[in-house]
Amino acid sequence: MLHIVNKSPFQTSTLETCLSMAQPGNALLLIEDGVYAATVGSAMETPLRQACATLKIYALQPDLDARGMTGKLIDGVTLVDYGGFVDLSVEFPTSHSWL
Amino acid sequence: MSEQQASSSGPRIKKFMFVNRKAPYGTIYALESLEVVLITATFDQDVSLVFIDDGVYELVKGQQTKGIGVKNFSPSYRALDGYDVEKLYVDQASLEQRGLTEKDLLVPVEVLDAKAMGQLMQKQDVILSF
Repeated sequence: MLHIVNKSPFQTSTLETCLSMAQPGNALLLIEDGVYAATVGSAMETPLRQACATLKIYALQPDLDARGMTGKLIDGVTLVDYGGFVDLSVEFPTSHSWL
Repeated sequence: MSEQQASSSGPRIKKFMFVNRKAPYGTIYALESLEVVLITATFDQDVSLVFIDDGVYELVKGQQTKGIGVKNFSPSYRALDGYDVEKLYVDQASLEQRGLTEKDLLVPVEVLDAKAMGQLMQKQDVILSF
């Protein structure tokens, strides 16, 4: 399953809930304000690094670029462009766009 | 993946999960979810509803909406079994964080922890989040 989260982890509990329910082998794609979770030095860095052990984590580069956060990306998180977003949607039979 | 390749004989029933994570009256999400659930059930699909985070507030007994001038749609959850929608699951931690128990809810539900909820999600064909 591909989980897609578009909210800042400092605004809502969406990412926290997603991480508590995601199963090993699932993928997580951070988009829009969700990309703030993938940046170093934030309170989410440790939980996100821990999640990298069981999940494949991606972040949408145009959203990081737009927010000036590309240089702060946590290593272990893979950047994707819009084409990569499509590829992930095809790779996983089920997508869960968390609201 | 294997389940995705169904036999070509007749339409396959898909497993739909509706994930409800919003309180009932602050936004329109909860009501919209309920409408889509009823539509989906009409098409004889396998429907599960889950209530996580503020979504558990949708099921609280005793909602009285006269004073805020909007329709109280909570009785509709009681009507779901008439549409063969009988799989309602609630996240245990979400209940506990809000000081709620099953006794506060207006329909029978199955309470699951986060791990079991995640495993249930894993079995679905389609997940719609509200």
